[in-house]
Amino acid sequence: MFAYILKRLIYAIPIALSVTVVSFVLVYLAPGDPLNAIAPADAPEEVIQALKSAYGLDKPVPVQYGLWLMRAVQGDLGLSIASGREVTAEVLSAVSNTLLLAGMAAAIGVVLGCILGALAGYRHGTWIDKAATALSVVGVSIPHYWLGLVLTILFSIWLPWFPAMGAGPGGSGEWLWDLEHLRYLVLPALTLSVIPMGIITRTVRALVADMLGQEFVTALRARGLSGGAVFRHVAKNTAPTVLAVAGLQIGYLMGGSILVETVFAWPGTGFLLNTAIFQRDIPLLQGTILVLCMFFVVLNLLVDILQPLIDPRMGRS
Amino acid sequence: MKPRNFKLRHWLAALPLSFALHAGLHAETVARYGISMADIPLTTGQPDRGAGAYQFTGHTLYDPLIAWEANVGNRPGKLVPGLATEWKADPKDNKKWRFTLRKGVKFHDGSEFTADAVIWNLDKVLAEKSPQFDAKQSAQVRPRIPSIASYRKVGPYEVEITTKEVDALFPYQLPWFLVSSPAQWEKLGKDWNKVASQPSGTGPFKLDKLVPRERADLVKNAAYWDKSRLPKTDRIVLLPIPDAMTRANALLNGQVDIIETPPPDVLPQLKAGGFKLVQNVTPHVWPYHFSTYPGSPWTDIRVRKAANLAIDRDAVVKLMSGLATPAKGQVDATSPWFGKPNFKIGYDLAAARALMAQAGYGPSKPLKAKVIIAQGGTGQMLSLPMNEFVQQSLAEIGIEVTFEVVELENLYRHWRAGAKADINAGKGITAINLGYVTADPFYAITRFTDSHYVAPNGVNWGGYNNPKVDAALEKIRTTFDSKTQDGLLAFVHQSMVDDAQMLWVVHDVNPHALSPKVKEFIQAQHWFQDLTTIRM
Repeated sequence: MFAYILKRLIYAIPIALSVTVVSFVLVYLAPGDPLNAIAPADAPEEVIQALKSAYGLDKPVPVQYGLWLMRAVQGDLGLSIASGREVTAEVLSAVSNTLLLAGMAAAIGVVLGCILGALAGYRHGTWIDKAATALSVVGVSIPHYWLGLVLTILFSIWLPWFPAMGAGPGGSGEWLWDLEHLRYLVLPALTLSVIPMGIITRTVRALVADMLGQEFVTALRARGLSGGAVFRHVAKNTAPTVLAVAGLQIGYLMGGSILVETVFAWPGTGFLLNTAIFQRDIPLLQGTILVLCMFFVVLNLLVDILQPLIDPRMGRS
Repeated sequence: MKPRNFKLRHWLAALPLSFALHAGLHAETVARYGISMADIPLTTGQPDRGAGAYQFTGHTLYDPLIAWEANVGNRPGKLVPGLATEWKADPKDNKKWRFTLRKGVKFHDGSEFTADAVIWNLDKVLAEKSPQFDAKQSAQVRPRIPSIASYRKVGPYEVEITTKEVDALFPYQLPWFLVSSPAQWEKLGKDWNKVASQPSGTGPFKLDKLVPRERADLVKNAAYWDKSRLPKTDRIVLLPIPDAMTRANALLNGQVDIIETPPPDVLPQLKAGGFKLVQNVTPHVWPYHFSTYPGSPWTDIRVRKAANLAIDRDAVVKLMSGLATPAKGQVDATSPWFGKPNFKIGYDLAAARALMAQAGYGPSKPLKAKVIIAQGGTGQMLSLPMNEFVQQSLAEIGIEVTFEVVELENLYRHWRAGAKADINAGKGITAINLGYVTADPFYAITRFTDSHYVAPNGVNWGGYNNPKVDAALEKIRTTFDSKTQDGLLAFVHQSMVDDAQMLWVVHDVNPHALSPKVKEFIQAQHWFQDLTTIRM
């Protein structure tokens, strides 16, 4: 197992490098200038040149990339051009906020998805199945941005139950696990959970329906096992696939949702990326993308480790 | 007698306690302000994010030498003493300006404001070799104080600034230059990034808390030197909420008390909910800036005038749900610089078509023009719907406009390069649509009309060149009487209008929506707003 983990970690290095190269090139291919983040629109050429020199932007792009990479491997992601703050601190603070949001959204999405999917699978062809399928299709298709606004209007303005924006009364730095703070999490987490909920519902439904038609389930029933005992077997057999799908979905959630975080002014990675993109803040953009990419790699690694533990056949293969 | 004395002593002893209790009972007044920016602007001295950011972390925490009167709303403000009580150009050498500094002013860290602090701050943004030089602050303010050539300390409370040329408009540049504490920078290890979270200025507010991208708490500086500008609210919490709809929702939900730029669609709901909408004349214009270089369809003044007469500006204002005012020139008609143009800008389709016919165009021979616009962004108002409206209006008089739609940052690149540059002329772009701040003579008029500022030397984008205007601008620079200055500026402005230098559409009104809890907020006719006027 150790060799397996090590091998997967080594695989992550070229992936991370490729991501940094692609994102660096893409930022430079896009029109605009990183100095727009700090220089007024009518800044004279001498000011622009002085800034370029101060931020090392007067060097050729490959040199800039090389210098950035050298610092990055030492854990220094540089300073944000726009704010002057350390990128590492900026990204970590945003990641912790996104983890909070994504964790809650994942919990809602995975739990609801599994329950609805199992119900639909067990009641295949009935109205329950149709309702759960319809809900999952709506969940996958509905635009996040729109749903966020509708939920805000319903549960924040018409029924003033939840705050409309923000990450706590004192900001995310003062987060506490109490009811007052959790109220801030409800609407964005609910909005963000609908896609994973829809996808997991469909996956679980298909797996359960397929599993229930298999011979080993018929054999279990013939041996007189109770419904609960049969369910446990079905659950165990569907778990590896559900885990893989859920892992991917949680990975997407970790990436943050630019739209949901913008609608709820939630200071996570999506919000940070949005700001960095519009300001052409290359160090911040690079740092955020790199950290998110590593998250994805680590999450997939965790799924790969967990799967053989649940289903030993996978380990043998 | 003894017991009586005993009682009195106890009463006297209890007095301080009762005062303390009374003070404790005075609840702190808090105003929560939803701002349209994605982050709190720089707090080190010179805010980033444009002119609109000065009201948040500029003139709240810091003071300039010469301030802009922003606590009046019923008339345009004027230059007023800030950290300098007096300023005047040397009669023998008009390039030298003497500033007498205010005595007894202290920075928030307790250090004293003196001439040394002014020189240190000028070095901070202009002297690249000085240890306190900060490239980021310098980038914000250097373009706004272009006239400064040199400076020196004359006495403990007197400094002299020399301009590159005689420039009577120089004082208008100084509200942009803010003074931060040298002692605080020293104390924090000469690190501007640390100063950002513990800034120290002389302003009416102190920074109590900063959470990047989330909030900044400004608290009243009870020891502020200008007692007429003592904050009326104890604490102002700035909350960056870049999405307009989210800002409106936060206001409706009671999470904030004031928001900038409410979305036009939500105005009826806000009004019905008892929220107040505040707006005022604002130094901003949304124009099409024409190229007048050979080959441009706008070289013919009749075409430019026809375009100005083809726009139903009231309909544009309606499109904006009332959050704009029709433009009759570069500045609002109430401005002292408006003048008396002979060309009256309005909506007159018949006159517009007649001018087009005189120029040789009509339905059978339409004029084609390419305009570069932004898909949105700060100052661009409702860019796409408004541009489509203008496009349809111009089509009615035989001008077929096509758009080159780019991101705002890219639009600035095209703007700085000028109409003659290959990225514009080479692509057939002959007009640019960009919201312009028109807060002072330089920003409103000089930079667009002076032939010395033809791009790339400045932002006279279309190559406007009128010798009479150049002569008037030269005279303005050497005229130190403000009334004569205003008269000359009015002449230049009326020349701009008579030459139809641009197609002026509307002025922004910088709308704010306030919760009923806000008892007072004076909105100045400027981008600089005075947050000390907010009363809860």
